[in-house]
Amino acid sequence: MSILSVTDLHAGYQRGGAVLRAVDGVSFEMQAGETLAVVGESGCGKSTLGKALLRLVPPSAGQVVFNGIDITRLRGGALRSIRRRMQMIYQDPYGSLNPRQSIGAILTAPLVVHGIGGRAERSRLVHEMLDRVGLPAASFSRYPHEFSGGQRQRIGIARALLLKPDLVVCDEPVSALDLSIQAQILNLLAGLKQERGLSYLFISHDLSVVRYFADRVLVMYLGRIVESADHAALFDHPSHPYTRALIDAAPDPGKRRPPAPIAGELPHAGALPAGCRFHPRCPLATGLCAREEPALRTIAPGQRVACHHADAVPMNTRIKREPAEA
Amino acid sequence: MSAAFLRNKAAVLGLGLLAAIVAMAILAPVLYPDDPLDMVGTPFLWPGQDPSFPLGTDSLGRDVAAGIAHGARVSLLIGLWATVLGLALGVSIGAIGGYFGGWLDDVALRAVELFQTVPPFLLVIVLVAIWEPSIRNITLAIGLVSWPPVMRLTRAEFRSFREKDFVTAARGLGFGHGRIILREILPNALPPIVVTSSVMVATAILMESALSFLGLGDANRVSWGSMIGNGREVLRAAWFLTAVPGAMIVVAVLALNLVSDGLNEALNPRLGRS
Amino acid sequence: MALLDVHDLTVAFPSVTAVAGLSFSVHESETLALVGESGSGKSLTALALMGLVPRPGRVSGAVHFGGQDLLALPEARMRQLRGRDIAMIFQEPMTSLNPVLTIGRQIAETLRLHEGLSARAARLRAIELLDLVRIADPGRQVDSHAHRLSGGMRQRVMIAMAIACNPRVLIADEPTTALDVTIQAQVLDLLDRLRRDLGMALILITHDLGVVGQWADRVVVMYAGRKVEEADPIGLLRRPLHPYSRGLLGASPRLQARAHYRLGRLAEIPGSMASALGQAGCPFAPRCDVRQDKCDSVAPALREMGEARLVACPVAA
Repeated sequence: MSILSVTDLHAGYQRGGAVLRAVDGVSFEMQAGETLAVVGESGCGKSTLGKALLRLVPPSAGQVVFNGIDITRLRGGALRSIRRRMQMIYQDPYGSLNPRQSIGAILTAPLVVHGIGGRAERSRLVHEMLDRVGLPAASFSRYPHEFSGGQRQRIGIARALLLKPDLVVCDEPVSALDLSIQAQILNLLAGLKQERGLSYLFISHDLSVVRYFADRVLVMYLGRIVESADHAALFDHPSHPYTRALIDAAPDPGKRRPPAPIAGELPHAGALPAGCRFHPRCPLATGLCAREEPALRTIAPGQRVACHHADAVPMNTRIKREPAEA
Repeated sequence: MSAAFLRNKAAVLGLGLLAAIVAMAILAPVLYPDDPLDMVGTPFLWPGQDPSFPLGTDSLGRDVAAGIAHGARVSLLIGLWATVLGLALGVSIGAIGGYFGGWLDDVALRAVELFQTVPPFLLVIVLVAIWEPSIRNITLAIGLVSWPPVMRLTRAEFRSFREKDFVTAARGLGFGHGRIILREILPNALPPIVVTSSVMVATAILMESALSFLGLGDANRVSWGSMIGNGREVLRAAWFLTAVPGAMIVVAVLALNLVSDGLNEALNPRLGRS
Repeated sequence: MALLDVHDLTVAFPSVTAVAGLSFSVHESETLALVGESGSGKSLTALALMGLVPRPGRVSGAVHFGGQDLLALPEARMRQLRGRDIAMIFQEPMTSLNPVLTIGRQIAETLRLHEGLSARAARLRAIELLDLVRIADPGRQVDSHAHRLSGGMRQRVMIAMAIACNPRVLIADEPTTALDVTIQAQVLDLLDRLRRDLGMALILITHDLGVVGQWADRVVVMYAGRKVEEADPIGLLRRPLHPYSRGLLGASPRLQARAHYRLGRLAEIPGSMASALGQAGCPFAPRCDVRQDKCDSVAPALREMGEARLVACPVAA
């Protein structure tokens, strides 16, 4: 069953009179219980997409259907109550907690707002959750600045999960954390998902994290999905030249001193290129790419790609790596 | 926070001066139970000339010390209530404009600009001239002209906090606007507002003094400003009649500014909170 | 003969010793990676080499460079060296450039200060340098302001400023952490090409073991201000010897190509570096999976284990 169905979603920002089309016609389905990763570089619209799905950024067009309910035009109380079912974990463990509230107050407030339990019941739920995310009970009366980045991220996870949501949007949840802490948080998220049957929309710029943590992957470039595939298929047979460049650019210790896979930088979202948005940086670009924007098409079961020349991308060119000895 | 404040010597001095003025205002009816406008002695007694009038008497033989003590009541009352009114208006309008943005913000901004095109003191004079010059009306007038800076400050704070992740998180958790404004943003926006409010009290005291000096104050109540106004005519013969209440104003305003600086340092999170 | 030789470097603050007895050396044309997580002291090491440790930090030990001890030099002499013989680029290209000056002016300033070039000559050299770091249309970009440039471009400008006087040592403190992955690849490629062409030694400070494996000739792993392992990067990634190095590799999804959350969890290093505070013996002992009783009392000495390999762990084998 699909938990989330998104059709032609558009969302953007007003910046000095011009509209930045951060999300520009995105459609996808997400199955209950899966981890769907959205990967791309900064400015590709992945974060705006996550916020638009939760109506934290107003969608300008399109439709988001969550658990069979069209939430695109919900307002007031109806919107607030659906938010119980869809939660978010934020990137910045420092900015996402109110510095003037104790951890107890931060974690109790969502329960109060949604009328869950009495005083004693709420305190029990919060303490249980603190314990589950690996924080001592004494955290209850302490303030955010007394915690490290990893611990704050645990608090953010606890806050999101206290309302027992079905869908959790994880917006770069480990990118601000040190490597050894990253693994702790990813393991915690994996464990919680298993226990509670959660569905994760996992937004990240880090392909190695996505490779480990995703069931299926959407690759975004300048507001559009350019490729969607199962995680194994995506990494073994990347079909869009951009996906290929992303994978090749990720530092792989197996390749000594590699040349940079693509030149140029992401153009400003206010000045989108005509035709295929990737064509100015694409090694395969032809005249057709400058004129016509390619639509997403299915090239293999479960794999869709928006490229005129997808068939020309050499398959499986990845250098096999030796796994590190433990 | 309070420890940081108390480590600041200037701020503690300010707090001490302020406490002394407040004590004087509270004790005025006990120390000088009679109306300070009563003629009680020989006119133009210099300070120290007659031990029963330590600060001397004015041209009508009124006790200057009694006037200072009762004047403190008037100054502090007006300062306090005008600030409360200004804060209530400024914070609520600023919070709504800054948080919601859009047309609400436009309306709020236009209202502020309307007030700010007229010099505040001129507006106070006009308002007091239209209404009758009672303590209540003067307070109201000063309060009404003092909200625009608070509004701008609050609005700026709310605009910046509105974009913070913890506010987005609160929205995502289904919190209502009222809760987000009052519980999530306001406590974070409060420090600069608290700092401003102590300066507002000082400004209000100065405005009332200026009004009374011009003879536009409440004629039935003695205030520091009206004492200066009365003393002005005999400035050469008895300068102490203007100097004593003038010094009181200076001390009160200085004390409030010291407290404000102290609060600013103590509340500023960038200067370290342990 | 080493170009830069750091001996027993210690950076102490009143509340914490951020770098403790660190020794390493860098040779000409070599890339040395200092790798560690936040709090490992790797950035303060860089600042100590530049003589830029902020107050109230106290630096001791010795940094031998060109026949002199940098730590013993008077500030005026150090100022001449800084930017000319040893240069540094920082993580944050957004805040490291002055917003009110054109990028040409900023590059030219270094040249006029250290090389005494005329304004005209400095400008021409600035254009040349922008071309060298592969900024398109350098004749026009030389007059742009930083805010008109993307993060990747700004980092290129920072690199141009750093190499303006042909330094012999370039310290790059997390030069690509703030950049996107495709831009990161470009910048690392550029740095490596410049290292080769100009014969500089490159000290690359990073938290990314993938970057280490690709670009470093030698790697020093730091934990809580100490060197816990020194190795060649391929050897380190194949067979990490210190329990912390091993833990880092296990925690890194990048190095576990076939790992997937449905098949198994990542190896965790429990706890955090904060546990090293006030730890008498090995700083890693509170998180270590092979800890022995003596680890809590005796700080482990560096042992030679194989060629050019040093490990600070008595248990590692």
